Amino acid sequence: MSTAMLIPLATGNRALTVGLFLAVVAITLYITFWASRRSKTAADYYAGGRSFSGFQNGLAVSGDYMSAASFLGISGAIALYGYDGFLYSIGFLVAWLVALLLIAELLRNSGRYTMADQLAYRMRQTPVRTAAATSTIVVSIFYLLAQMVGAGALVGLLLGVTSPALKNIVIVLVGVLMIIYVTFGGMKGTTWVQIVKAVMLMLGTVVITFLVLVQFGFNFNELLGVAAEKSGKGEAFLQPGQLYGKDLVGKFDFLSLGLALVLGTAGLPHILIRFYTTPTALAARKSVLWAIGLIGSFYLMTLVLGFGAAALVPTGDGSQIKTSAGNAASPLLAQAVGGGEGTLGGSILLAVISAVAFATILAVVAGLTLTSASSVAHDLYANVYKKGQASERSELIVVRIAAFAIGAVAILLAIPAQRLNIAFLVALAFAVAASANLPALLYNLFWKRFNTMGAVFSIYGGLIMAVLLVTFSPVVSGTPTSLFPSADFDWFPLRNPGLISIPFGFLCGFVGTLISKETHSEERYDELSVRSLTGAGAEKAVVH
Amino acid sequence: MADRSAPVYESGEADRLPVHDHEVYNTIARESDFVELRRRYLNFAFPATIAFMAWYILYIVCNNWARAFMDTQVYGHINIAMVWGLLQFVSTFTIAYFYARHARKSLDPLASKLRDEFEGETGR
Repeated sequence: MSTAMLIPLATGNRALTVGLFLAVVAITLYITFWASRRSKTAADYYAGGRSFSGFQNGLAVSGDYMSAASFLGISGAIALYGYDGFLYSIGFLVAWLVALLLIAELLRNSGRYTMADQLAYRMRQTPVRTAAATSTIVVSIFYLLAQMVGAGALVGLLLGVTSPALKNIVIVLVGVLMIIYVTFGGMKGTTWVQIVKAVMLMLGTVVITFLVLVQFGFNFNELLGVAAEKSGKGEAFLQPGQLYGKDLVGKFDFLSLGLALVLGTAGLPHILIRFYTTPTALAARKSVLWAIGLIGSFYLMTLVLGFGAAALVPTGDGSQIKTSAGNAASPLLAQAVGGGEGTLGGSILLAVISAVAFATILAVVAGLTLTSASSVAHDLYANVYKKGQASERSELIVVRIAAFAIGAVAILLAIPAQRLNIAFLVALAFAVAASANLPALLYNLFWKRFNTMGAVFSIYGGLIMAVLLVTFSPVVSGTPTSLFPSADFDWFPLRNPGLISIPFGFLCGFVGTLISKETHSEERYDELSVRSLTGAGAEKAVVH
Repeated sequence: MADRSAPVYESGEADRLPVHDHEVYNTIARESDFVELRRRYLNFAFPATIAFMAWYILYIVCNNWARAFMDTQVYGHINIAMVWGLLQFVSTFTIAYFYARHARKSLDPLASKLRDEFEGETGR
């Protein structure tokens, strides 16, 4: 996010915006304390008692997935780059088919609380859980940093806070709230926060989409025409090439990004553990179907929001949308369709959309913190350190300490990380998830011969390759927009590592499996297969 | 067989199950109903995955290397690129719908029969 993000939006309605933000905080804190009184066991804390229906979890999955990067970033990218801005959302949606067809139900049936549980079912506990916990924490921290850096910038933008010190205070407050949600509310509280956020986000988006379409007589073609004309780029605005694939390296970079987006989703630990919150695999399937419907409709509406912003709000050089890298597009569009700056309708809609963005950030950071804390407590503490002998009570104390520690680390990292590009952090999280987690999960479910060495190789191989390639890419050095603009060690030309690191992760898993002589995992494959396909012996919902 | 001299497995969840559970799992794995369930699942999931991945990658490739084709206008300001992008939504919704239907009709009855058998055998 650029420093130009510091330019605040209209400040006249600050009282209203602050009031709505406080209402969001009050509602979410109430949910958290309500949930904390109803959480007793480990299954309550980690998996919300597995008592959420398919529809409820579908909303929560959508709430967990549609981050501020989706809500503000994609509509902003469409407002600035037209058609190319739309491409991110296509990858984000199609990715859900991987989760639906290959992962969600099988994971629900064969796992317990964390991603590692699924692998550890037929592998040696210590190495597999350590590897899976490492990649869970790495992916979640990258994603968490992206959200928190975004939170500082967005809340600054939405509330009209300009000083860096105040932005740091905003980051600390968001961090403290997320620690409270996770330590007290556990999965139950976090899920309800995500449900409330998803409902707010869908309602807010429907209203703005409707108001935009009214202005164009519900004629999408006319909306595109006006957007193309106002963008100053003409028909080119509606064609591929404004943002991606300007040269050959750019074309491969875009291919690499597309692969990471479509294969990363089903390897994101915070999405995977959401499937444990349903009572059965059937409910897990229904939650993915709801999520596909909700997320798909949402991205179709962002198309209207993005082109609507291009048509109705200035997006040229020096405009607020341009200087905010697109993030201000949705809030400013809301103000415009509400009646414009200074009007009551405009002020109310701007404040409402700002509050929705704020709720979005809080819900996503809570989900990520819970995921990392669960992995620390359940995988590293209870199963690696205590060799499965930890008491439930001690595990529940450790998970809260872990949530507190991860929250504190995230706050400390997010303050200096404000210089980093948010899209880079999110894309890196997706690339690591696709390169490290997905190969291990797929091999474990579908390849009998797969074993501990294969799992460990694929996770560390994919993880290390993705991080190494990014380190030596133009993202980190060699160009004026790099993290270290003056240094020059960018021998890998692509910004997105997926094109190399995803096949590498699969290859590592294959090679690791073949060089190991372990047969135990192979003997347990039939058992895992029966369990994952039928749900025989799967974890049941908690009955209070 | 596993190397019995070294403890390859360290008290994971599966090891805490009664020995009888392992036997029931392995019996079910060899039953024709389970073989059929697995076949029906894989025969849908794998071809569908290959199909939507190919359809998506082809779309990405055309965005990169078939710009003239993508720029062709279909109706007013709507070009092939936009239509194809929207078709990715349609194909995602369609595959999800057909998978849900397939699972409900062909997978769920077999899965629940086998699950009942497991629960009857193990008393859980």
